[in-house]
Amino acid sequence: MHELSLAGGILRVLEQTRERDPFERVTHLRLEAGALSGVELSALRFALEAIAPGTCLENATVDIEEPAATAWCIPCCQSVEIRSRLDPCPLCGGAQLQATSGTELRVMELQVI
Amino acid sequence: MCVVCGCSNTGATPSDPSVAVHPTTGDLHFGAGAAKVSVPGMSQARAIKLETDVLGANNAIAAQNRAHFASHEVTAYNLVSSPGSGKTTLLCATIHALKQRHPDVAVAVIEGDQQTSFDADRIRATGAPAIQINTGKGCHLDAPMVAEAFSRLDLHATHHHAHEASHHGHTHDHDHEHSHDHAHDHDHDHDHAHSHDHEHTHDAPTILFIENVGNLVCPALWDLGEKAKVVILSVTEGEDKPLKYPDMFAAANLMILNKIDLLPHVSFDVERCKAYARRINPGIQILELSATTGQGMGAWLDWLLAVDHDHQTTDALQARITQLEVELAQAKAQINAQPAKA
Repeated sequence: MHELSLAGGILRVLEQTRERDPFERVTHLRLEAGALSGVELSALRFALEAIAPGTCLENATVDIEEPAATAWCIPCCQSVEIRSRLDPCPLCGGAQLQATSGTELRVMELQVI
Repeated sequence: MCVVCGCSNTGATPSDPSVAVHPTTGDLHFGAGAAKVSVPGMSQARAIKLETDVLGANNAIAAQNRAHFASHEVTAYNLVSSPGSGKTTLLCATIHALKQRHPDVAVAVIEGDQQTSFDADRIRATGAPAIQINTGKGCHLDAPMVAEAFSRLDLHATHHHAHEASHHGHTHDHDHEHSHDHAHDHDHDHDHAHSHDHEHTHDAPTILFIENVGNLVCPALWDLGEKAKVVILSVTEGEDKPLKYPDMFAAANLMILNKIDLLPHVSFDVERCKAYARRINPGIQILELSATTGQGMGAWLDWLLAVDHDHQTTDALQARITQLEVELAQAKAQINAQPAKA
């Protein structure tokens, strides 16, 4: 259930943004959760809905993109896309992969009024 | 929708809260919203691009913790595992072993649990200072909790105590450089011995163990400012846990296989477990030990003290160089084999 903490972190990012650049409320929120971010999307949605009432996030629609992660395949000597840490290399089928991106959870963009 | 031209009623209308309507004239003032501009098709709503890392606030405090630890000559380790792997027993055994073999090293502990101070009480019984953090409903420790707990640890008392112990042990060689005896203890090179000399005039080296909440999922994401994450897996659990909980094993620098004294009584395939862990994290270091019998404790203490002096990065790089050299040799062999066939 760390998604509740993450939802709190997202709300904090929004509130800090509002202090800098005042708006009334968020109508649409776009997030990016990398495939290796350790975030369960349904749990994060649930947590965001749970904390939204009474905040600038109330009634906002939320879009969560889940871009593929990249890993360096040692035998292939090149970067490949993976969806999980258990995935084999899509080129050679080997397991000698070192994840290089995909752990990020980011607030990408807000639509505000 | 307008049936003549197909235009829709979307966009800014007087019912749109971002459009100001003059109360007497009915004039519409577009661009009254915070953005002060009117964007066709977007009403007065505006987009704010952020690309902000949600864990950024935690990571900033973790960086402060890291700097704070460094300024106190404190090396912090984040111990993570599922509940019941023997973290607290391992810590108590480690504290006793350090006292015997490295009395100059001070130890402090931050204990994380949902409830109770049972674990901190067990640590305090060993004589080491400990602070319990109860996370309440939380499933992990975060950097602000650790910052708060660290500020409440009586490190100066710890250092004072360590100084006394150290001086007591070395009263015979006051004429020597203080670095001298430390260099013998840990096989340090000259630069490190020099830094020890410096430490002696300020703080004794301290190891801070942060025992995270027993949970193999959530603590993987939160940086606390530690030097390294140590994941503890006991042989009474499944050997497939590295694959079941890959985020944690990917985040860890060291995996400890604990309770190996029980191996004759359980069906736990050590080699398979290690292979799984390396599949998730090719650079992970692995130690086998039993906190109860003391088997493997020496290597664990060496690791703790070696990492204390940045050897870990060198080791990891050295391992990578070796691995790449093997790959290179294989590639060269392949190339050499090809013209022969042609």
